Amino acid sequence: MGSVDKNTALELYRTMLMIRRFEEKLFFLFSTRAMPGSMHQYNGEEAVAAGVCSCLNKSDYITSTHRGHGHCIAKGADVRNIMAEMFAKSTGCCKGMGGSMHIADFGVGMLGANGIVGGGLPHAAGAAWSSQYRGTQQVAVAFFGDGASNEGSFHESLNLAAVWKLPAIFVCENNLYGFSTYYRRSTPIENIADRAAAYGIPGIVADGMDVLAVREAAREAVDRARRGEGPTLIECKTYRYMGHSRFEKPCYRTEEEVQEWKKRDPILCFPKVLKEQFSVTEEELRQVEAYVDEKIEDAVRFAQQSPDPEPEDYKKYIFAK
Amino acid sequence: MESTRIVQALRQALIEEMDRDENIVLLGEDIGVFNGSYRVTEGLLDKYGERRVKDTPISEIAIVGAAVGAAMTGLRPVAEIQFNDFMGCAMDQICNQAAKIRLMMGGQVSVPLVIRAPYGATGRAAQHSQSLEAWFAHVPGLKVVMPSTPYDAKGLLKTAIRDNNPVVFLEHKLLYGAASPGGKAKSVVDELDQTFRPAPEGEYTIELGKGDIKRQGGDVTIVAVGYMVHRAVQAAKVLAEEGIECEILDPRTIVPLDTELILNSLKKTGRLVVVTESVGRCGFAAEVAALASEEGLFELDAPVRRVCAENSPIPFAPCCEADALPDTGKIVKAVREICGK
Repeated sequence: MGSVDKNTALELYRTMLMIRRFEEKLFFLFSTRAMPGSMHQYNGEEAVAAGVCSCLNKSDYITSTHRGHGHCIAKGADVRNIMAEMFAKSTGCCKGMGGSMHIADFGVGMLGANGIVGGGLPHAAGAAWSSQYRGTQQVAVAFFGDGASNEGSFHESLNLAAVWKLPAIFVCENNLYGFSTYYRRSTPIENIADRAAAYGIPGIVADGMDVLAVREAAREAVDRARRGEGPTLIECKTYRYMGHSRFEKPCYRTEEEVQEWKKRDPILCFPKVLKEQFSVTEEELRQVEAYVDEKIEDAVRFAQQSPDPEPEDYKKYIFAK
Repeated sequence: MESTRIVQALRQALIEEMDRDENIVLLGEDIGVFNGSYRVTEGLLDKYGERRVKDTPISEIAIVGAAVGAAMTGLRPVAEIQFNDFMGCAMDQICNQAAKIRLMMGGQVSVPLVIRAPYGATGRAAQHSQSLEAWFAHVPGLKVVMPSTPYDAKGLLKTAIRDNNPVVFLEHKLLYGAASPGGKAKSVVDELDQTFRPAPEGEYTIELGKGDIKRQGGDVTIVAVGYMVHRAVQAAKVLAEEGIECEILDPRTIVPLDTELILNSLKKTGRLVVVTESVGRCGFAAEVAALASEEGLFELDAPVRRVCAENSPIPFAPCCEADALPDTGKIVKAVREICGK
């Protein structure tokens, strides 16, 4: 796997596990009504965020989706602040003003989850343009779903990025369903990556359940972007274990299908690879797991003990000075 | 050299700001090689090069969306949308993204972005004729600017560019005073009086939210925006001959709004007419009327009148277009009615 050493591999595992435990904890907290709002969970898709973000520097940019917790964690935001945002606390990364669908952390280049499908794609193009203009070598990654690939913003953003040769990477998380609609009922082609041909840019299909495969695809795209050769479209074939949002029970897919995908779970399957290819020991795996569990518990404590915003705090943020 | 036309004043503002701040970049359809469909960006591609003056695909979502992404990451883009009617294509990026990002993200970021667009009816039928300021004024997080003179246009655009928020900057086609690529563009500039104040060369700015008294008068307050300021001036001349003195207020910016200027004038005149080229229903004129009733009711000696476009798409036939739009005669009539004449 070339560039991946043992530490990197363990980090990938830790990131994926952090996302998974975060989502599991959220599910529990929501079910006990400890948390306001709604949420869209990332369980099953962790390899995509972890694999892609492992190729980025802190100063690189990402834009995300309504299903954005994983991207935020993988880009390096503190889970304390993400958790606090879920609890609508003043210590949240958005001071409790955004919630699950708008989590962002500009300190690590996470330019925002987005409640509008396809909303973030042109922002990534714009951030890439800004980087190109300033000559900073930063790249911008837009994460989006299969559903967003049928939005006009997908076409306009990829086209603009290709014409201007922007250092952008468009990462489609094809989890097979746009809310309830199977993607082949909304999309006439098997591979969304094929749409790259329309913009004269590379389109790559990657196994979104294999973090090393995602990383490899992303690494090539990031290198290409940094070399000034323009954008790449990567389609990661993946699967969302949960419903589209909160407690929705999917009536549009079979339990067998879910179980089939779970056999290829990106986290459960990874320890075997870690042990065989990277000589990771059981003890080292347990250390990662303990670290993650402690971080999540700490984040929940931090969030629960944090103060609410003041009722009129939002008025400070309507306009900048 | 002073700018006697809005098109020159806007260009001068862009040049002065781009010379001042390297982070200011322009993007839009046909703004570079073609010099802009109303000539505002004429010569700027030659002056600043393709790096700073970007012709874009016909992609309004990408124009505004990329400008938002760039604004969040250190640039100060000035985007041109060819007609304000086309902003419909980019409405998510303007209203759900640009306007909301700062609050949604808890003040982590600002979006210093100007979206310039021409508005107003000039014989181009329903999809190239609208005045859409109310669409944007309704969305918290956006500022909305509508200059009526070269002087205001320059000072306001410079301020808009320096503002750390998304600003929708609406420019009336008839006031540009530019030659169009296909010949002479329809323009009213030559028939305007000294109200159409030239913009001097050199540095000055106009605060957003600071209205201007375009004519002093004690009998009736006319609040008018953009091109309608000049229609109101014409109406005031007719009415002065009848002994009615109009005070004409030009708010210059819809958001933020100089409410104090309006309420103070009402104290003096007790009568209010609001004129917009946009349709009246749920529009800016309704907002000013609401302001008068909520905060100025006891100053009012007569009902507030709105003089606005008909609640109809703008029709093509010139006689129908004229019927649908407010004009000098309609303003005169409204003023006479509330003055009991």
